Amino acid sequence: MSQATEAGPATPRPAALPPVVDAGALGWIRKNLFSSWGNAITTVLLIAFIVWLGSFLLNWAVLKATFSAESGKECVGTGGACWAIIGAKLRYIFFGSFPYDQHWRPLFAIVTMLGMLVLSCDRRMWNAGRLAIIWGIGTVITFMLMFGQIHIPVTLVSAIIFVASLAATLFRRTVADNTERTVYTAVTVLSGIYLILRVLGVLPSYSVPIVLFSYVETGSWGGLAVTMILATYGLAFAFPYGILLALGRRSNLPLIRGLCIGFIELIRGVPLISLLIMASVMLPLFLPSGTSIDKFLRAQVAVILFAGAYIAEIVRGGLQALPKGQFEAADAMGLNYVQRTTLIVLPQALRVVIPPLINTFIGFFKDTSLVLIIGIFDFLKTASQALVDPLWTGFPGEIYLFAAAVYFCFCFSMSRYSKYLEHELNKGTRR
Amino acid sequence: MAIAQPALPKAKVAPWNDPIIRGWFFQIVVIGAVTALTWYLVSNTIENLERQRIATGFAYLGRESGFEIGDTMIPYSPADTYARALFVGILNTLRVSVLGIVLATILGTLIGVGRLSPNWLLNKLCECYVELFRNVPLLLWLFLIYKVISEAFPGPRQAIAALWDTVFLSNRGLYLPVPFAHDVHGWMGVALLVGIAATWAIRRWAKARQAATGQPFPTIKAGLGAIIGLPLLVWLISGAPLDFSVPHLKGFNFEGGTVIQPEFTALLVGLTLYTSAFIAEIVRSGILALHKGQSEAAYSLGLTRGQATRLVLLPQALRVIVPPMTSQYLNITKNSSLAIAIGYPDLVAAVNVTINQTGQAVENVLIIMAAYLTVSLSISLFMNWYNRRIALKER
Repeated sequence: MSQATEAGPATPRPAALPPVVDAGALGWIRKNLFSSWGNAITTVLLIAFIVWLGSFLLNWAVLKATFSAESGKECVGTGGACWAIIGAKLRYIFFGSFPYDQHWRPLFAIVTMLGMLVLSCDRRMWNAGRLAIIWGIGTVITFMLMFGQIHIPVTLVSAIIFVASLAATLFRRTVADNTERTVYTAVTVLSGIYLILRVLGVLPSYSVPIVLFSYVETGSWGGLAVTMILATYGLAFAFPYGILLALGRRSNLPLIRGLCIGFIELIRGVPLISLLIMASVMLPLFLPSGTSIDKFLRAQVAVILFAGAYIAEIVRGGLQALPKGQFEAADAMGLNYVQRTTLIVLPQALRVVIPPLINTFIGFFKDTSLVLIIGIFDFLKTASQALVDPLWTGFPGEIYLFAAAVYFCFCFSMSRYSKYLEHELNKGTRR
Repeated sequence: MAIAQPALPKAKVAPWNDPIIRGWFFQIVVIGAVTALTWYLVSNTIENLERQRIATGFAYLGRESGFEIGDTMIPYSPADTYARALFVGILNTLRVSVLGIVLATILGTLIGVGRLSPNWLLNKLCECYVELFRNVPLLLWLFLIYKVISEAFPGPRQAIAALWDTVFLSNRGLYLPVPFAHDVHGWMGVALLVGIAATWAIRRWAKARQAATGQPFPTIKAGLGAIIGLPLLVWLISGAPLDFSVPHLKGFNFEGGTVIQPEFTALLVGLTLYTSAFIAEIVRSGILALHKGQSEAAYSLGLTRGQATRLVLLPQALRVIVPPMTSQYLNITKNSSLAIAIGYPDLVAAVNVTINQTGQAVENVLIIMAAYLTVSLSISLFMNWYNRRIALKER
C-alpha cells in the first residue's frame, strides 16, 4: 500500500527483447525473403535458378576449364571454358599490332591516361591551373609514348600563344594589374610579329623534333590505348565546343541560335555510324586534293563532332537550371557578355552538370567500339581479331566475356564515381 | 492618375557599344564564317569528284543494284533497283526497331518493378542485370550473342526439332510453319479493324455512361473479345482453313515455312537486353518519384490494387517516365544501325554496299541522314504529343 502511494520515480522496466524471429539474421530473412506466400515462392524459385546458373557457370568456368594450353585443340571436348586463349592472346588484345618489343609504350600510355583521369577525379585538382598542368603533362607523355617522336611546328605553337595571350589581354583588361597587362601585351605583339613574318615568307617554317623512340604510325596502334585515346580526347575536345554550342543555343541572336539548334538536332538525330562512315568516305572529299588525312584522326573528328552535340544538351540543362537572377545580377554589375558567362554563369552551370557529363563519358567509352566498323583497331576489334588465329579458333565466348569484364571495370567504376559525386556536390542543397 | 512621363532623352551610344548593332555584327561574322567554310568544303568536294570522275546526282537510284540481300520483308532480287534495295534496308531497320522498342519496354518495365520488389533476392538480381548490361558496349553483346548462336547451335542437318517436327532451331535460324495465303486472311484483317473500331466506340460509350450513372462497364474484356473474337468468327464461318507450309530439310537447308534469321535474332536480343537495362532505371525512378501518400489515398478511397495502379499511380509515374523513355526509343532506332557489324541488312548496311559499288558517298550519306532524321523526328513528335496528353493539366 505504502509503496503504491509513494510517488517516487518509477524504475523503468527493462525493455523486452524482440521475438527471436523478428531480430537478427533470422528476422532479416523473414522480413526480406519470406514476408508473404508470394514472396516465399519467389525466393524458392530464385534460389533454384541461382543454384542452377551458378553450378553451370562454376562447372564451365572453373571446374572443367582449361587454364593453360599450347593451342585451342587441347580445349576441345572438355566441356569447359578455354581460358588459355586469354593468356595466349593477352598482349594482342591489349596492344593490337603495335611492334611487339615496344609493347611497354602503350602500356605506360594507358597507365598515364589512367593516372590523368584518376587525378582529375580528385576535387582538390579542380582548378584551371592544376588541370592544365595534369592534362598538359599527361597528353605529352601519352603521345610521346604512342608516336615515339613528336615534331612540334613552331608556327602552330606561336599561333596558339598568340590567340591565348590576345584573349588574356582582352578579358583581363579590367582586372589585371599593370605588370600582368604589360606581359600579355608584349607576348601578343611578339608572337604576332613572328606570325606576320612567317606568313610573309621572311622566316622559314621550322619544327622542333623530339625523338625518343622509334616512330609508330597510327595505323599500327591498337587495343585499349586506342579506345582510351578516342574516348578521353574525344570528350576533352568536344567539351569546349559543346559549351559554345550550348551558349549559342541559349543566345538572344536568332541566326546564331538557329544555326546551333540545327547543328545539335542534326547530329543527335543520326546514328554515330553514319557520322563515322561520313568521316571515313567524305572527309577526304572535303579537303583539297592531295591532302590525305589520317584514318585515326578521321574517327577522332567524328567522335568529337558527335560528342559535342550531346555535351551541348547537357550543358544547356545546367544553364537552364540557373536562376534568372544570376544573369540579371551580372548585368547589373556592369559585366559584359564574356565576363558574365565565364565568371558568373558557367562556374555555376557546370557544377550542376558534372555527374551527367561523367555518364556521357561512360556512354562514349562504350560507343568508341563502333570505330571498328571503319577499320580502326580498338579494344573490341583486337579482341575479336584474336579469334581469327587458326590455332585458337572457336572460343568466342571466353574472349568476349573477358573483353566485357574489362569494359565493365571501367564503366562501373566511373558510374560509381558519378553517383558519389552527385551525393558530394549536393551536400550544400540537401537537407 | 497616370502622369505622362516625359520621354527620356535617348542616351548617345557609340555604334560599337550599341547591343543591337553588336548583335547583328556578330551574327553576320558567324554566318559569314560558316558560309565561307561551307563554300570551301563544297568547292573542294566538287573538284575532287570531277577529278575522280565520280557521277553526282541521284540517277543511280534507278539502276540495277546487283547485290543480294539475305533478309527481306518485300520481294527483292539483285535485278531490282538501288532504290528498292535501300527501301528493303529501311523496312528492315524499322522492323527491328519497332520490335525492339516493344520488347525492351516490356522487359525493362518488369526489371524496373523487380528492382523495387520487397524480395531482397529479386531486387539484387535485377540490380545485377541492370549493371551488367549497362556497363558493357552494345556492340560487344551483339558479337557475343551472334557468335554463340552461330557456334553453339547445330547445323541444319542436326537441327533441334520441336512440336512434332514443325519447328526447327539451327545455326541458320529458327524455322517456323506459316499458313498458306488464303482469301480469308484479308477478311480477317477487315474484321480486326472493325474490332478495334468497336472497342473504341465501346470505351467512349462506357465512359459516358459511367460519368452519367456511375455504373462501370468491363471495357477491357469487351474490347479484347471484339478484337480477338471478330477475326476468329470470320475464320470459323469461312470453314476454318488450316493449311500450313511446314519447313522440311532439303539438301543442306530447310525449305518452306518462314525463318527468323540468326543475324536478326542477335540484333533484336542484343538491343532488347541492352536497352531494357536503361528502361528499367527510368521506370524505377518514375515509380520512386511518386509520393507514398498517393497510393495510401487511393486505397483509402476504396480502389482496388489494380484500379489504384491504373487510375492513380501510373498516370503520375508516366509523366516522369515518358521524356527519358523517348530518348531510349530514339536510341534503339539509332543503335539498330550496329546491324552492319553482324551482317543484318539494315539501311546502313545497304547504303554501305551502295557506296562501295557506285562511289557516290555524298548522296548516300545524305540518304542515311534523311532517313534517320525522319524516323527520329517522327518518334519525337509522337512522344511529345503523348507527353502533352498525359502532362499535368495546370490552370
